[in-house]
Amino acid sequence: MAAFALKINGQTHNIDVDPDTPLLWAIRDGAGLTGTKYGCGVAQCGACTVYLDGQTVRSCSLPVSAVGKSEVTTIEGLNSKEGAAVQKAWVALDVPQCGYCQSGQIMSAAALLGLNPAPTDRDIDLAMNGNICRCATYVRIRAAIHGAAKSLEG
Amino acid sequence: MTIHDKTLSRRAVLKAGAGLAIGIYIAQGGKAFAQTPPARANVNIAPNTFLLIKPDNTVTVLCKHIEMGQGPLTGMATLVAEELDADWTQMRADHAPSNPVLYKNLVFGVQGTGGSSAIANSYEQMRKVGAAAREMLVAAAADAWQVPASEITVENGIIRHASGKHGGFGEFAEKAMLLPVPKEPRLKDPSSFRLIGKEGVVKRLDSAAKSNGSAEYTLDIHEQDILTVVIARSPKFGGKVASFDAAAAKAVPGVVDIKQVPTGIAVYAKGFWPAKTARDLLKINWDDSKAESRSTEQLLSEFRALSKTPGRVVRQNGDFDGSMAKGGRVVEAEFVFPYLAHAPMEPLNGFIKWEGETASARFGSQFPTPDHAVIAEVLGIGIDKVHLQTILAGGSFGRRAQQTTHVALELAQVAKAIGPGHAVKLVWTREDDMRGGYYRPFGVHRMRGVVRDGRIEAWSDTIVGQSIMKGSPFEAMTFKDGMDSTAYEGSNEPPYELANFKCDLHQVDVGVPVLWWRSVGHTHTGYAVEAFVDELLEAAGQDPVEGRLAMMGKKPRHAGVLKAVAERADWKSAKLEPGRARGVAVVESFNTFVAQIVELSMGEEGPVVHKVWCAVDCGVAVNPDIIRAQMEGGIGFALGHILYAEQTLDGGRPVAGNFNSYRSLRINEMPEIDVTIVASSEKPSGVGEPGVPPLGPAVANAMARLGLQRPRQLPIVRGASV
Repeated sequence: MAAFALKINGQTHNIDVDPDTPLLWAIRDGAGLTGTKYGCGVAQCGACTVYLDGQTVRSCSLPVSAVGKSEVTTIEGLNSKEGAAVQKAWVALDVPQCGYCQSGQIMSAAALLGLNPAPTDRDIDLAMNGNICRCATYVRIRAAIHGAAKSLEG
Repeated sequence: MTIHDKTLSRRAVLKAGAGLAIGIYIAQGGKAFAQTPPARANVNIAPNTFLLIKPDNTVTVLCKHIEMGQGPLTGMATLVAEELDADWTQMRADHAPSNPVLYKNLVFGVQGTGGSSAIANSYEQMRKVGAAAREMLVAAAADAWQVPASEITVENGIIRHASGKHGGFGEFAEKAMLLPVPKEPRLKDPSSFRLIGKEGVVKRLDSAAKSNGSAEYTLDIHEQDILTVVIARSPKFGGKVASFDAAAAKAVPGVVDIKQVPTGIAVYAKGFWPAKTARDLLKINWDDSKAESRSTEQLLSEFRALSKTPGRVVRQNGDFDGSMAKGGRVVEAEFVFPYLAHAPMEPLNGFIKWEGETASARFGSQFPTPDHAVIAEVLGIGIDKVHLQTILAGGSFGRRAQQTTHVALELAQVAKAIGPGHAVKLVWTREDDMRGGYYRPFGVHRMRGVVRDGRIEAWSDTIVGQSIMKGSPFEAMTFKDGMDSTAYEGSNEPPYELANFKCDLHQVDVGVPVLWWRSVGHTHTGYAVEAFVDELLEAAGQDPVEGRLAMMGKKPRHAGVLKAVAERADWKSAKLEPGRARGVAVVESFNTFVAQIVELSMGEEGPVVHKVWCAVDCGVAVNPDIIRAQMEGGIGFALGHILYAEQTLDGGRPVAGNFNSYRSLRINEMPEIDVTIVASSEKPSGVGEPGVPPLGPAVANAMARLGLQRPRQLPIVRGASV
């Protein structure tokens, strides 16, 4: 066991866990933030997607000991203009079905728009194909990303 | 949690005193109405109601069906709001607790969700709830204003009298609650619907919470000193613990206890990671003497051999053998279907706190009534001492509806093993979920037919498969003549006029637990029937759409969706890009009729589906956008499995353990989708499952038009990894 001071969504959380503990479980069981989901544990599904210093990472496969002083952002702390636009578009199109993967989808989508304000379908494929949705809400995910991009224009 | 308003606690509402909430429920088959017991009553299991109206004018509908993505929270609220003349913005929804008297599914007779039955069985019941509440609110307002009720109107949540007097529901709820509940409230004529069937008016109630991380699933339940439990289960189905050594596991910091439970060795820890770490350190010797040890290849050769012999006849007409003997173009096709895992995004789990005399459980229970009973039984307390609350589930596709109640059983067993006073959260890992059985059954269809003079003259379908229902409480309901009807549903009655027809079944026992999987028997019968009819029509030189229609004289709703989709896709005259082809299929499941046309080309790995046109007839369309969403999702779900998914057995051990070996459809593989909802005044039927069955055969039939064989063994891209 070891003590880690994790900066999550601008707050410091002191967490005492094994250094090998994936960031996902430090966030969920340690910091009590449950919007970030467990879906596979092996970086295959993207349900656990968070930002580390603004970059998307699969928190299920990143040991907490590797986080260091980096800033972690979870769905609860997503406050970028891209994040807000994506969430608004998600609600406008009623994207979620079961909803369980959507935190990860939204984190990936907002990150995409941060890098590329007008993504093509191909850009969306590349940025989003690490996020599985078993309900297959992909048609609406794609439409909502285009919608969010449009809302951010000008 | 209330989806729309996290601050509303049902208990708080009840404790707030009589008159705060109007509570209405329809008892026994929707025939009689009664008022909720006064809120001060000691209600242990359920607040006896479908409807709560708060002073702030919010209307909360308690939904007896679980929300696992298909939209029942929104659907039930739509039905109530329509008759109540509520404004959509004041509507909320939440899950009803377990109570088989109040919240039974009118199809099953117990509380449960499945068979795409939510809207179908609640359509009238929930409308009556809304209509009764409306009449009571109007009566209360009439009394308060001293005017005739007939002079009062209700619109968008406002009760109004010609004199100018008006008020919200909250203002009159207390008074309304004291009035007798009308036994037969007047329902609207569908021509005056404002919400049902309307576009753009009703939005899902759960979208916001599911877009900001606040929606609470079972995995998210947290309480003081909660223990996470993971279990080491036998790698083979039917294996038992012979002996185990937990010394190394116990030494893992955070581990609180390790116990043997009936399903294996349970690790109790402060958090998931120590629990899983410790589980990996357990040394267990398994007794496999009663375990299933066959491999998939062995099962296939056994099933294949059986398929070449006659099974028990399910249905026949005309003279199949006689017709075959007359010669003509004989076509034979063997279709092999793999075991499929449901793999919902949220793996199986459950929460329970056993206090000795009482217990409280929360999880995505799809069959609360049997789950409730088994928890009470294991803990040795009365069912009235157990509170079971269904909450949001991260997908199911059938997985959380267990005829064996095995998750609720295991949950109660882990609570019992560590003793009272602990809050425990049982968590299955993805691998546990994928290798844990309860699959769509493995099976074979052997089809034979003959074409003479451009007509299909004879048809037979010999099915080899495992029964889903055998030994379960549903056996009595689903078995006919000793055969599981879900093994052949769809194959026994193709929608075509076939003069010489036979369908027979070999019902085989295998030691692998199986379960209904989104559209149940239609997952394989839809493929077998629709790929085969297409093959026979091709042999007969007929167009796939016209040929089907010519045999569908007695099936107007099948024909209706087929015509609709053909028209929408411009089947007759569309010019396709080189290398592309289209295929069609039509399947009825759960009283809903769906036809699909697929346009694809062949890529390096296999088919690339570019677009799917879908026409659906589900009777009265309550929430058109949710219907579209279910068709879209059903198509994507079906496509991923038809292309890539199979669970195989190696010496009895399920091989695929995660999404790297059980490949799931990803966004880059999702086709464009065009959904047409066929207008209908028939009774509403479900949409959660029926979008699935036609997709696979439509893909196969499109491949055939590129000169390829319709895939005989699924998945199409076998051995696919990510």
